[in-house]
Amino acid sequence: MEPVLTKYVREPNSFELDFFLTHDGYQGLKKALAMQPNDVIEMVKASGLRGRGGAGFPTGMKWQFVDKKTPNPRYIACNADESEPGTFKDHLLMERNPHLMFEGCLIGCWAIGAKVAYIYIRGEFYHVQKILEDQLAKAYAKGYAGKNVMGSGWDCDIVLHRGAGAYEAGEETALIESLEGKRAQPRIKPPFPAVSGLYNCPTAVNNVETLCNLPSILTNGAEWFARLGPEKNGGPKLFCISGHVKKPGVYEASMNTTLQDLIFNYAGGIRDGHRLKAVIPGGSSVPILMPDQLDVPASFDAVQKAGSMLGSAGIIVMDETTCMVWVAKNLMHFYAHESCGKCTPCREGGDWLYKILDRIERGEGEVRDLDLLTSVSNNIAGKTLCAFGDAAATPPLTTLKNFRAEYEAHIREGRCPIPADWRAGTALAAAH
Amino acid sequence: MSFHPLMPYGEGWHKSDRIVAAEGQPFAFTPDRVRQLEEICGKYPPDRRKSAVLAALYFVQEQQGYLTANAMRHVAEFLRITPAEVEDVATYYVMFYRAPVGRYVLQVCRTLSCALGGAERVVEALSQKLGIKVGETDASGLFTLMEFECLGACDRAPVVMVNNEYWHERLTPENCSKFVDDIKVRGEAALSGCYLKVEN
Repeated sequence: MEPVLTKYVREPNSFELDFFLTHDGYQGLKKALAMQPNDVIEMVKASGLRGRGGAGFPTGMKWQFVDKKTPNPRYIACNADESEPGTFKDHLLMERNPHLMFEGCLIGCWAIGAKVAYIYIRGEFYHVQKILEDQLAKAYAKGYAGKNVMGSGWDCDIVLHRGAGAYEAGEETALIESLEGKRAQPRIKPPFPAVSGLYNCPTAVNNVETLCNLPSILTNGAEWFARLGPEKNGGPKLFCISGHVKKPGVYEASMNTTLQDLIFNYAGGIRDGHRLKAVIPGGSSVPILMPDQLDVPASFDAVQKAGSMLGSAGIIVMDETTCMVWVAKNLMHFYAHESCGKCTPCREGGDWLYKILDRIERGEGEVRDLDLLTSVSNNIAGKTLCAFGDAAATPPLTTLKNFRAEYEAHIREGRCPIPADWRAGTALAAAH
Repeated sequence: MSFHPLMPYGEGWHKSDRIVAAEGQPFAFTPDRVRQLEEICGKYPPDRRKSAVLAALYFVQEQQGYLTANAMRHVAEFLRITPAEVEDVATYYVMFYRAPVGRYVLQVCRTLSCALGGAERVVEALSQKLGIKVGETDASGLFTLMEFECLGACDRAPVVMVNNEYWHERLTPENCSKFVDDIKVRGEAALSGCYLKVEN
């Protein structure tokens, strides 16, 4: 498949407005402005575009739910809080192709009748934000944002909003809370943001990559987009491959491509002298897939059928030197640290899980700890306001399911049986 | 005394790591920052100045290095919200410092992809070089060592962010000593940045 989103990212000036304008820039917006907003929504629905942030919810449908009868303003909130471990696609899109995101924001605003798009960018991406600020000023100066967008008589603002370090801000209602100047904690749903979101006004929260797909849908048509991938999984997709592969990076491919192909061809396969042990296919929140489960298309539906989720398409690859109890412990540290603290099962349970995993990994665990892990995990999953709870329960449950023998070996031998040279303690131990 | 036989109070389970901010010196934004902050407030509806609280706290940090109770009260007054609302936010987000930090805050990504690439050993090596543990500032006041959760650049593992703003990619444990020495001499210019390499 010829790249759509990343076609020009390796051109030195790909992020500049001038470059963008000479490469079909803002043509999708021009088309959209000539259409009725509702027709734009219908077109996006027909394209089958699904949200790229993790849930894979159809974008057109999300927009259709936005309350159009309200006298209140409506908003687009662009979710640029990319922080799912293993995911770094929006980082690349914003750094190399910022105008594509601006164009997507504007198309979204036109479709749902919003006059402002807030781009919530994670605080850590300040080096990217500076590029965005610079380019946004140029878009304003040339009339692609602000008053009278592209001479249409329609006004629309784009505002960059810097976060300050909170994974939970990536959850859509928590993102809205953070935009309002509060702690990033999720809200009780319903009402959904489409009815009552930012400042209690109808809001559509869309991921950066989702919005970046809009211009090409407008220019090339819904059918073209749908045909790029399997049924209901159309369009180009960015895959982030990291971990023990030869060429980690962002790769654009159709969702017809298999996980096997992505790991062994696109990313060059496992680093020399090692073999594949396990793969997390969609960011740290999804279940592990084993090497014999990878011959499936990397689409939302196929990966789900294989027992995991495509999520944010952050593919983390691990070779045989990786201790899976250590993996669960590392990720549990993340979830325990990032829990927003609103729901008790996740706030308290995350800490419990980390402590249990830590003692097992250090060789101080007991056999009954394995049942305790399962029981605490099952008391978090499904019992919280947002999907964080399910995500936090995943690392222990999925590693226990696939690698129970490793847990038992830790307990039996009273130490980690798979110490790798890239882990802490190893260099110091070798020196003694 | 514990109300729960399995969970003794004290060490571990019930210890709060809350840092109550110090009072600090009297604080007011510089006229330039007042102007910029008003401009930022103008991007939100007039009755929603609170939306600018993160921006205001970044300005405090820029002006005096870390957050103090005096500064947070000033922010509250500026945004017409309560000091508690400001502290609520300041204590939640990890990029705000509530105690003095070194001139260079080294924020090493510790989450899975970076850890698979040796981040644990990077932390170990930096800690050894600087003679401090994670969370501490060295005697010279130049460096603070921190661990951060996923920074979103997993293909350049292990990554380090410096002062919430500058990045260095693919830091190996072997290079840590030179990395620290380079920063001492060249400051932020010693960092590689984190951008896609393109052929010019």
